[in-house]
Amino acid sequence: MEILMSIVIGILFTCAVYLMLSKSLLRIIIGTGLLSHGAHLLLLTMSGLKTGAAPVLTEGITNYTDPLPQALVLTAIVISFGVTAFFLVLAYRAYQELGTDNMEKMRGTESHD
Amino acid sequence: MINLPLLPILIPLLTAVILMFFPKRIAAQRLISIVATIGTIIASAVLVATVKQNGIQTLNLGSWPAPYGIPLVSDMLSALLVLTTSIIVLFVVWYSIFYMGKEHESFFYYIGIQFLMVGINGAFTTGDIFNMFVFFEVFLIASYLLIVLGGKKAQLRESIKYVLINVISSALFVSAVAYLYAVVGTLNMADVSQRIAEINQPGIVTVIAILFLLVFGLKGAIFPLYFWLPSSYHAPPIPVLALFGALLTKVGVYAIMRTYTLFFYHETGYTHVILGVLALLTIIVGCIGAIAYRDVKMIIIYNIMIAVGVILYGVAVMTPDGLEGAVFYLLNDMVIKAALFMLIGIMMAIVGSSHLKDMGGLIKQYPWVGWTYFVAALSLAGIPPLSGFVGKLLIIRGGFTAGDFVGPLLILVSSLVVLYSAMKIFINGFWGTPKEYHGAKKHLAFRLWIPAAALMVLAVAYGVGAEAVRPFITQAVEPLVNPAIYIEAVLKE
Amino acid sequence: MKKPNDLILKTVTKVISFIIILFSLHLFFAGHYEPGGGFIGGLMTAAALVLLLLAYDMKTVNTILPFNYKIMTALGLLIAVLTSAGALLFNVPFLTHAYDYFELPLLGETSLHTAVLFDIGVYLVVIGITMTIIQTIGESE
Repeated sequence: MEILMSIVIGILFTCAVYLMLSKSLLRIIIGTGLLSHGAHLLLLTMSGLKTGAAPVLTEGITNYTDPLPQALVLTAIVISFGVTAFFLVLAYRAYQELGTDNMEKMRGTESHD
Repeated sequence: MINLPLLPILIPLLTAVILMFFPKRIAAQRLISIVATIGTIIASAVLVATVKQNGIQTLNLGSWPAPYGIPLVSDMLSALLVLTTSIIVLFVVWYSIFYMGKEHESFFYYIGIQFLMVGINGAFTTGDIFNMFVFFEVFLIASYLLIVLGGKKAQLRESIKYVLINVISSALFVSAVAYLYAVVGTLNMADVSQRIAEINQPGIVTVIAILFLLVFGLKGAIFPLYFWLPSSYHAPPIPVLALFGALLTKVGVYAIMRTYTLFFYHETGYTHVILGVLALLTIIVGCIGAIAYRDVKMIIIYNIMIAVGVILYGVAVMTPDGLEGAVFYLLNDMVIKAALFMLIGIMMAIVGSSHLKDMGGLIKQYPWVGWTYFVAALSLAGIPPLSGFVGKLLIIRGGFTAGDFVGPLLILVSSLVVLYSAMKIFINGFWGTPKEYHGAKKHLAFRLWIPAAALMVLAVAYGVGAEAVRPFITQAVEPLVNPAIYIEAVLKE
Repeated sequence: MKKPNDLILKTVTKVISFIIILFSLHLFFAGHYEPGGGFIGGLMTAAALVLLLLAYDMKTVNTILPFNYKIMTALGLLIAVLTSAGALLFNVPFLTHAYDYFELPLLGETSLHTAVLFDIGVYLVVIGITMTIIQTIGESE
């Protein structure tokens, strides 16, 4: 199961990098979404995909799951949910102001020198 | 009061929440922000005094004992950083009251600053690596708000880059934590350190060390990962830039300092050499930028990179002198950078442009701004007895002790470049023939100057009174040199 | 403009949204000992509200539920922070919760936990944030 998940994570990261290298802003945002999905899946997988009872709650269990990665991944998901939402709104505003969602056309115009 | 390490995080958090109820009432926002920030400063000062007297303070959140719960750990380093952060925030808020327009201020500006302080103080204080990620996200999201404030075209464009870079680095942070958890099975930083020592840092841990360097290096803008910094920092208004330049990159530097002295100190031949080389390359790139540009904002922005390089070099050599110098210079640089940005903000407000070709002869009408800037520039370059000197001296001595000659020499040369770039602003901006300016009026410039000058007075006092500050710095360095002190304090029964 | 034919959506929404909200409340109270909690409950309530927004328009929904979602977020945060900071009064670490088991009429032996107050805060924050995001994007069209 871990091997399969590793491959899935690899595919997610690959797709994310491909999307983030494109010029369209929306694709870039989808790419960041996939990237954080990959990272979250990695976090779950790296701690071992065991099945078992809930720990602590009942006594005398030998086969239990590690609750920590689940708590961590929930936190990370919430954060990436918020950031992605912000990013979408930002992209929408930028599209309205700049009139384009093409990163090529968004290059700096004024010089800083 | 066992919750003392928490107060510098809790006070700004509560303030931000209260301010959210009436975002449009600017007078109340200003007053409450100032009062709450003073409260935070008092709390952090008490914290520093307590740590000085009783050693490292820890707090196990939710009463979960370490290493199972999330601890907050205030050693002298983090307490001093928290204190400096709170002081800088106070002066920047004071400065913003006169600098920012009403439409900016009513758009969650002070709320953003308070949340920024929550995140930064939290990242300095936490003793749990995943919790550090959470606090990183808190101040990053606040910084997203602050960087788009105003919503001009250039700002929107730059903030897209800024957000993208930080989303990628967050994903890498999560991956790094995942690998670390897979290897050591714990997230408590003291416990992680102990377990890495037990397994004697195998190769995979070195890989994780480099991954952490990538993550924090993106935040701290070290050599190959600095590309986003100049243009992103150029976009937002000056008070926001002062906060970012003084605080955000320094959190990355602190994180590198913490992880490289607490976790990855076994294989210094590999990781720390890479860190040292990257630090020196950062200095070189920063110098090139600082010489090349004639835009005052850009010159100071590239100076941020030089400072980051100097501090990280001090960390990379891993001698007590080097680390002490790094801490000394880190605190100094936070204050000086904030003051410098505030001063060039006054120049830009008067002139109405950030380019040197539009400036000249400011010293005739604004001698106080000119001479404050002059002192700030000298102290940035590290002229004794000003505050930059002691830190650089110790870092260079640390480099020589470690048997390296290239690094210290490069830092010495970079000081000259820093002096040149800062004097370039002084000579072109303050000397020369006065021009007609249609920007800010004199009384406004004076009001802006007071907080900047007050911050400079602090910086000068820090340099002149280095002898009095020294015991604090020495105590801050102890856990860095000997991780056992930190581990002992966190995992005590 | 052509009038969209969304009779099915509107009729179903009237029934479904109540079921979703009830289920979200169940999830909210189930938390702590079973899967559920403030975050998931809040998201599900927000989903019901979004469904209402899809079926009707923003104006109608605002008349039915005249909330200021930004204030709701602030209120939720305030509740959460104050609950956690309540521990400071007893000089125990931040976020420490108190709980006990009580005999309640009708419900029998029930565990009452201060964490549920914290969760109410989370619940409000999640609804507030989600709806603020949806409204920000939706309003400008």
